[in-house]
Amino acid sequence: MLVLEKNALSEEIEQLVAKYGSDRSALIQILQAIQRKHKFISDFAQQEVARLLSIHPVEVYSVITFYSFLCSEPKGRNIVRLCKTISCDMAGKDAVEAAVKRELGISFGETTKDKRITLEYTNCLGMCDQGPAMLVNERVYTHLDPEKAVNILNEIK
Amino acid sequence: MEIILEKNKKRTGPVIFSKYNMGEGIKKALELGRENLLFEIKGAGLKGRGGAGFPTATKWMLSAAANAEKKFVVCNADEGEPGTFKDRVLLLEYPELVFEGMVIAGYIIGAKTGIVYLRGEYEYLLEALEEFLMKMREEKLLGKNILGKEAFDFDISIRLGSGAYVCGEETALIESLEGNRGEPRNRPPYPVNTGYLGYPTIVNNVETLASVPHIVTKGGEWFKKYGTDKSTGSKLFSVSGDCAKPGVYELPWGTKIKELLELVGAKNTKAVQVGGASGICIPKTQFDRAFAYEDAATGGSIMVFNEGRDMLKVLKNFLEFFVEESCGQCTPCRVGNTKLLEGVEKIERGEYTFAYISNLKELGHTMQVASKCGLGQSSPNSFISILENFKDEIFRTNGKGRNNGKA
Ligand SMILES: Cc1cc2nc3c(=O)[nH]c(=O)nc-3n(C[C@H](O)[C@H](O)[C@H](O)COP(=O)(O)O)c2cc1C
Ligand code: SF4
Ligand code: FES
Repeated sequence: MLVLEKNALSEEIEQLVAKYGSDRSALIQILQAIQRKHKFISDFAQQEVARLLSIHPVEVYSVITFYSFLCSEPKGRNIVRLCKTISCDMAGKDAVEAAVKRELGISFGETTKDKRITLEYTNCLGMCDQGPAMLVNERVYTHLDPEKAVNILNEIK
Repeated sequence: MEIILEKNKKRTGPVIFSKYNMGEGIKKALELGRENLLFEIKGAGLKGRGGAGFPTATKWMLSAAANAEKKFVVCNADEGEPGTFKDRVLLLEYPELVFEGMVIAGYIIGAKTGIVYLRGEYEYLLEALEEFLMKMREEKLLGKNILGKEAFDFDISIRLGSGAYVCGEETALIESLEGNRGEPRNRPPYPVNTGYLGYPTIVNNVETLASVPHIVTKGGEWFKKYGTDKSTGSKLFSVSGDCAKPGVYELPWGTKIKELLELVGAKNTKAVQVGGASGICIPKTQFDRAFAYEDAATGGSIMVFNEGRDMLKVLKNFLEFFVEESCGQCTPCRVGNTKLLEGVEKIERGEYTFAYISNLKELGHTMQVASKCGLGQSSPNSFISILENFKDEIFRTNGKGRNNGKA
């Protein structure tokens, strides 16, 4: 990481701490904000958060590993999460899954070469009456079929 | 977005979806005073809608009695149980009920702070909910001196989850709010005494809170008119799977499974999973059973399976869920769920003995008693009920093979 980038990230995290506070109870909110913007929480970001909250970096790392929406490794610019729970499965998830994999040329758990999309599975999204469902970042898409899902993915930058 | 469009759909129901004007509940609550409010809620017989069914008035009395400089009201909007989506509908279409329920709870127990723990998957609701909270502040339904009541201050903030089912368990939820891994705590102490940041805290489900303004305005007696003796009022059911009209339905407790199936246009139904992945699977022969705390208890997740479905596949899907979502803190749950899943995979491949299956069922019973929290205590339910109720299909003893020979 370049020094300039590091400085920018430090400044960003300082602002987050100013906004959410430096109590331990602010930790997840701060991590969520970093995750939302950068799609992962780098080692350096973890150290900065730990320093400003006066906790050990291992504490920060251990929290990140617990939550499936937080991660410490870089991902694509957009994270696509397809629901694999039974109601969506019965509504046609397999066909959507196959089409998406074919179109992007990657498997679930992988990121496209151009870093545009990371594909993941997720558990029930609370959209079971409108399945198959998926999240693209924080937006939800429902009543998917193979064509509709592929069109949605082709639209995202 | 499609889900936003749905907002205009007119819903009807006896209690939650009955007519309500924003602000009425808080206004009436301030007139009645704490004692009378607790009396009405107790009289209504309201029990928790999040699954466990703990009497709401008892929980609130305990924390009202606690002496502390701060107290908290937490709305559990983690809604992670597979097949549940009624809290999403309440938050999106009836936020006034949920938030006013929190204000009334705060008034009763003497809390000034409310926190909504919204699952990360519902982040797209956040903006609309924040706007709604602003509107409530403008109308003096939140903030300082609510509706002009001297020294009654209460405000609500929203915190997001980050994709962990176990955080719906109330002590894990509190851990998560405190910035920790969402690992359930040993109880006692209970949150009503030692909750968020060590202060008395009540954690209630979205639907429980949404029932409160109705009870306050219309009375406990009115609420009790619906339902059964032990399960008063109504319940929201999230219906998905093999039926013509999936969605959220409000029905009185005591409604029979077959009545619900009729209503949602389910045909050739073989089984109904009541209570999500952690619930039980009920076969056709028992569709006469009623939804109630004393019979087929449920937080409202109803998944319908028709004759064409492979029940072993359904079970495998549930167990994969639990293996992923177990927090790993205690052995019965961490190891147990993996063993049960392995068992299902062996059945799939035909590599099992009945002695082995019976050992696994035994393991399931051990998990029910030895696990630390509700996740591990209830995850064997589907294993035990599906293997028991669909053994002919699963062990191919009907001569047709699994899935009645269709797959
Ligand atoms: C693994 C697990 C997940 C849970 N998830 C939820 C949930 O998403 N929403 C909820 O209201 N209760 C959930 N509960 C139940 C809560 O622990 C708690 O009983 C409930 O929020 C109390 O509210 P109530 O009395 O209004 O139902 C869960 C329990 C367990 C063991
Ligand atoms: S039962 Fe499962 S989820 Fe609950 S504390 Fe034990 S390991 Fe964690
Ligand atoms: S099963 Fe996919 S959203 Fe619930």
